[in-house]
Amino acid sequence: MNKNKKVVVGMSGGVDSSVAAFLLKKAGYDVIGVTMQIWQDGQQTADNGGCCGLKAADDARRVAEALDIPYYVMNFKDEFKKNVIDYFVAEYLCGRTPNPCIACNRYVKWDSLLNRSLSIGADYIATGHYARVRTTEHGRLAVSKSATAAKDQTYALYNLTQYQLGHTLMPIGDYAKEEVRQIAVAENLPVADKPDSQEICFIPDDDYAKFIAQTAETSGLKLPPQGNFVTKDGEVLGVHKGITHYTVGQRKGLMLSMGRRVFVTEIRPGTDEVVLGESEDVFSSSLKCNQLNFMGMADLKAPRNVVAKVRYAHQGGEAVIERIGEDKILCTFMNPVRAITPGQAAVFYDGDYVLGGGTIM
Amino acid sequence: MSNIIYMDNAATTKVATEVLNEMLPYFTEQYGNPSSIYSLGSSAAKAVSTAREQIALSLNAKSTEIYFTAGGTESDNWAIKGTAEAYQDKGKHIITSAIEHHGILKTFAYLAETGYSVSYIPVDEAGIIKIDELEKAIRPETILISVCFANNEIGTIQPIREIGELARKNGIIFHSDAVQAFGQIPIDVDEYMIDMLSISAHKIHGPKGVGGLYIRTGIKIKPFIHGGSQERGRRAGTGNVPGIVGFGKACALAMANLPEKSRKLISLRDYLIEQINGEIPHCRLNGDSERRLPNNVNFSFRFIEGESLLIMLDMKGIAASSGSACTSGSLDPSHVLLAIGLPHEIAHGSLRLTLSMENTREEIDAVVKAVKEIVLKLRNMSPLYEDYINKK
Repeated sequence: MNKNKKVVVGMSGGVDSSVAAFLLKKAGYDVIGVTMQIWQDGQQTADNGGCCGLKAADDARRVAEALDIPYYVMNFKDEFKKNVIDYFVAEYLCGRTPNPCIACNRYVKWDSLLNRSLSIGADYIATGHYARVRTTEHGRLAVSKSATAAKDQTYALYNLTQYQLGHTLMPIGDYAKEEVRQIAVAENLPVADKPDSQEICFIPDDDYAKFIAQTAETSGLKLPPQGNFVTKDGEVLGVHKGITHYTVGQRKGLMLSMGRRVFVTEIRPGTDEVVLGESEDVFSSSLKCNQLNFMGMADLKAPRNVVAKVRYAHQGGEAVIERIGEDKILCTFMNPVRAITPGQAAVFYDGDYVLGGGTIM
Repeated sequence: MSNIIYMDNAATTKVATEVLNEMLPYFTEQYGNPSSIYSLGSSAAKAVSTAREQIALSLNAKSTEIYFTAGGTESDNWAIKGTAEAYQDKGKHIITSAIEHHGILKTFAYLAETGYSVSYIPVDEAGIIKIDELEKAIRPETILISVCFANNEIGTIQPIREIGELARKNGIIFHSDAVQAFGQIPIDVDEYMIDMLSISAHKIHGPKGVGGLYIRTGIKIKPFIHGGSQERGRRAGTGNVPGIVGFGKACALAMANLPEKSRKLISLRDYLIEQINGEIPHCRLNGDSERRLPNNVNFSFRFIEGESLLIMLDMKGIAASSGSACTSGSLDPSHVLLAIGLPHEIAHGSLRLTLSMENTREEIDAVVKAVKEIVLKLRNMSPLYEDYINKK
C-alpha cells in the first residue's frame, strides 16, 4: 500500500533519522533523504551544528548511499534566519525565554521543508522524532508519545496544524531508543554518534547573551540596558547586566551575594527590572497562554482537565484549562509548578497525546 | 547511470577517450619523476614539456610562461596573493569585478582582511563590467586588476582587450580567470594584454586536479607553495605527470578546429535558448545574447525555486545546475544574478544548462520538455504564481 508513495526524510546522519529512513524504505516507500541547510554564512558550526550542520550533511549523505536512496541538501538559510534566529533574539529582547525548536518545527521543518517536499512530488515528510502521529476518537490528528517513556519529543511538536500532520510520518515513534540503536547496528548503517543534546543548535558555545548581543548589533536592534535587581516589593538589591542575561528560575550567575539562595522570579521588560525571590516564589499555580494551536481537540468551549507541561523537561502537572478570550487560555494547576517562563510553551495532554497548547504570557 | 542527459559542462566535463589513452602510460610504464636524472624520469619530463608547449601555443605564450598547478582555484589564489605580496611596496590597492568566481572573490576578501584595499567594479544587466567605473577606480597605488574572461554562471564574455589596455596604460598587472573561456573561444595573451591567466583541465575534457597559470615574463610573483625547484622554482611539488599530459592533450584537442566547433555549439545553444523562450512563459535569459560563451544557457523562471527544479530534473536523469554550488550542494541565490540586478526571488529560480559537443538536439528537446513540465507543476503549487494569476 506504500508503493509509489514518496516520502522525504529529514536526515542528520544520526541514528534516529537514519533508522527512520531505513524503516520507511523497508515498508515500501519511495524514500528521498534531505538535509536542511540552515547554518548561516561565516557561522562556525560546521562540526557540531546539531541536526543540520555541515557535518550533518556529510554524515547523512553517507547513510543515504548505504541505503541506496537519492539524497539532496536543501537550502533553508533565509527561512531559518527569519523564523527562528530573529524570533529568538526578538523574544529575549522583550524579556521572554523562547523555545527555538518549536519555531523551527512549525515554520521551517513543517512549513518550508514540507512545501518544498510536496513540490518535488512527495506525499509526506518524515523525521526521526520520538513521537507518533495518531488519529483521536474524534477524528483529529495529534502527536502522541512514543513507545519509549524515557524519550518524549512531543512537546516541541504541539504547534503543528492538521494539514501538516496529515503529511507527516514518524516511523521511530513505535520503537524504544535501544531498539533503534539495535536496528542501526543490525543493518550496518554508517550512523554518526550525535550527542543527544537539547542545546540550541545555532549557539554552539551556549552563550546566549553574547549571541543575542551580536545578532542585535548586526540587525541594528537596541539591546536592553543594565537595570536593577529588585524584590517583589520593589526594594533595589543591586545592578544586573540587562534582561537578556536572565531567565525565570535562574539561580546561578546572578553575581549577587545575598547570604541566601535567591532566584529570578520575574523579568519586567518595561522597567528593565529583574525580580528576585525565595525558592517558593518561583512556584506558581496558574499561567495564561496565547497564540493557541488546537491539535487533539478541535476547540476549547468548556473547562477541561488536562496534564500540562511548561517546558521540554517538565514532567507535566494536572491542571484545568479554560478559554478566557478569543486567543487566550487560563491553565490552573492542582499543585504549584516551578519556573513558569513567559515565551516557553504550555502544552496540554490527554493521556499520551497532545490536545494543543500556546505560548506562555 | 545510463540515460543521463549531462548539461552541466561548466561544472566539469567527461575526460575524452584520447586524453585518457594519452595519460595511461604515465601511471604505469612511464612513472618516473620528471626531476630525476635517469632516462625514466627524463621521458616524464619530456611529456610535461610537450604539454607545456601545447598550452603555450594555444595562448600565444612562451612555454616558459606556463606553470602547472592543481587547478583553477590554486591558479587564482597564487596569481592574486603572489603578485599582491610582490608589489606591495608599490601599493596595496587591488581591483576586481562583482561577478567573479569564489576562487577570486574569497581571495580578494582574504587580502582585504590583511590590509589591502579592494574595489569591486559593478556590471551592467548583461553582466558586462562597467569600463568607466573601472577607470575611475584606478589609483596611483593600484597594483592588480583581476577580471574573469567569461563568467561561469551566465557566460558573459568581458571586454578583455579594453581592460588589458587600461591596465597596461596605467602600469597595473592584469589577471584574468579564463577557466570557463579557455578551450571555447580563442585567447591571445599578447593581443589582450593579459599578464596572468588561470586555466583548468577538467573543463575541457581533461582530468580533474590539474590547472595552469600563465605568467608573463617579467612579472614578479611570490611562490605559493614552497619546497623543491619544480616549475622553475615558483611552484614546488612533484608534478602531476599523467594529469599534465592529459591537460596538454585536452588543450590540443580543444584547439583543433576551434572555430568550427564553436559554430556548432553556438547553434545548439541558440536552439536551446529559442526552445525555452518559445515553450515556457515568464522566463528570461540571463547574460548577454551575443557576448556569450558558446556552451552557456542561463534562464530564470519566475514564481519557482531553482532548488526544486534541479531536484526534479535529477529525478528525470537530467544533470543541470543553478550556477555555483556551495560546499554542501545546496543553493544560495547567486551573487552573479544579484549583481546583474535580478531581485532575490527571481535569482532563486534560475537554471544553468551548459553544453558540450556530445549533446544533441534530441537531448535538448527532451530537456526542454522536462523543464516545461516541471516549471508548470511548480507554478501550479506556487502561492506567488497564484497571486499573479489572480491579479491579472
